[in-house]
Amino acid sequence: MANLNINIGKLQLKNPVMTASGTFGYGTEYSDFMDISRIGGIFVKGTTVRERQGNAYPRMAETPSGMLNAVGLQNKGVDYFIHNIYPTVKDIDTNIIVNVSGSTIEDYVETAEKLNSLSKIPAIELNISCPNVKEGGMAFGTSCSSAAQVVRAVRRVYENELIVKLSPNVTDISEIALAVEAEGADSVSLINTLLGMAINAEKRKPILSTITGGLSGPAVKPIALRMVWQVAKAVKIPVIGLGGIMTATDALEFMLAGASAIQIGTANFIDPTVSIKVIDGINDYLDRHGFQSVVDIIGALEM
Amino acid sequence: MKKFMLDLAIKENKQLSDQYSLLILTSSIKLPEILPGQFAEVRVDGSPTTFLRRPISIHYIDYELNELWLLIQIVGDGTKRLAEMKAGESLNMLIPLGNSFTTPEDKSSKILLVGGGCGVAPLLYLGAYFKDKGFEVNFLLGARSRADLLQLCEYERFGNVYTTTEDGTHGERGFVTQHSLFNDSNFDYIYTCGPTPMMKAVARYALKTKANCEVSLENTMACGIGACLCCVTDTTEGHVCVCTEGPVFNITKLKWQI
Repeated sequence: MANLNINIGKLQLKNPVMTASGTFGYGTEYSDFMDISRIGGIFVKGTTVRERQGNAYPRMAETPSGMLNAVGLQNKGVDYFIHNIYPTVKDIDTNIIVNVSGSTIEDYVETAEKLNSLSKIPAIELNISCPNVKEGGMAFGTSCSSAAQVVRAVRRVYENELIVKLSPNVTDISEIALAVEAEGADSVSLINTLLGMAINAEKRKPILSTITGGLSGPAVKPIALRMVWQVAKAVKIPVIGLGGIMTATDALEFMLAGASAIQIGTANFIDPTVSIKVIDGINDYLDRHGFQSVVDIIGALEM
Repeated sequence: MKKFMLDLAIKENKQLSDQYSLLILTSSIKLPEILPGQFAEVRVDGSPTTFLRRPISIHYIDYELNELWLLIQIVGDGTKRLAEMKAGESLNMLIPLGNSFTTPEDKSSKILLVGGGCGVAPLLYLGAYFKDKGFEVNFLLGARSRADLLQLCEYERFGNVYTTTEDGTHGERGFVTQHSLFNDSNFDYIYTCGPTPMMKAVARYALKTKANCEVSLENTMACGIGACLCCVTDTTEGHVCVCTEGPVFNITKLKWQI
């Protein structure tokens, strides 16, 4: 049995396997199927300063080896989270991390400030990469100056682990990663979804109400892996890798490319217990290859 | 209700027509309690173009035989693969998901179950459930043609069966909402599942006659358990997940133009 513990800055993980925001609800949705406290961390649904109804239906299209979504950050707002959700998740024996999104810098700051006071929320993930909201979201994450601006503002008010989730819809993701690192981000997570589109030819209409949406699932994995490898080489802060991870082997590939931990997203929809299988699979791999600790495989890619 | 991920074995695949199959599944363990209107999220293995699970209505449960029935209509590659499954193969599913139809309090309530196309699927179990509770059940089932009216003898076990076909090959010619049953009867509770235009027409009739009316929606889904927020419908309480707040909705809660 290898040692699976790993630290992402101040964040202590019992293992490197976490679940991605927007794919795992608040965790409790999955508790009938498994012991959710076995997961290294749970990134809960994107949270904004005020309630959002999200986009109109249809919000989802199945695509080859993946799916497009255009949920549009539907959530009841940060105050609702603090008063109604937090009490139900704070005692789960794992890291509960809140994904934070906004339309303006002030929105991000206000939400982060409120979450800063919650003792059982050890980290936030700043979502500057949602492709599905018109105002803001991805707009912050696609230029170095706006990404730097929002991270700088949030860093002033947020004291715990600040993870910044990066958009792959850019020319050079390493530049954005370096920009947020310079403003005090403790770690980066990547990739968010890739902007895509689906059409119903019979009806000659787009499938999504928003026309375009975010692509996820195994279809994006090679792109995500390449970006994680590039960013891990560029920055000194830890990298959390995600994008199409379905198996322990997928997770190990991200870690070999330089990720200190990983998130599982879309795969939760196919197998609600997949994260447990990935944890066990990583452990088997480490034993099989004689590694004492999961730390030994981070960036261990041999060229 | 506690949800389970189970591997059920296919006991029999009855090909009802070139478009429909009835999968009769069983398990070595006792099936969990399932309420009428609930559904299963079925993983489709062996169809390269199918990535997500497919939400499928529970057609019928036989607790004595420990059988769960799924009525499959072929609409794409995923359902085609399901419809071709053979006895002995295993099917992974999350059950039971979603809410259920409401049972009237008054046993003398006049009840009508209206189904069209594959939307008839959840009504068989609902009719059986109501009959077991002591209600008199009326089914009104519509289809394009005689060949698309499925499992009629099964429905006849639990209530009176009325039919319409668009070509007049069985029952009255026309759509379900044109059936003469509506001329001389009033119902207290109407339950419906089928194409949206049909359900809206039924809802319109229910509103006019002040009947309590519940519809079962079939929005496209990813997770099936309220995590992804993809399957929402607009209601008086805003966007809600069809997989957890539904699939059954009272028509007064939906923001339908009817």
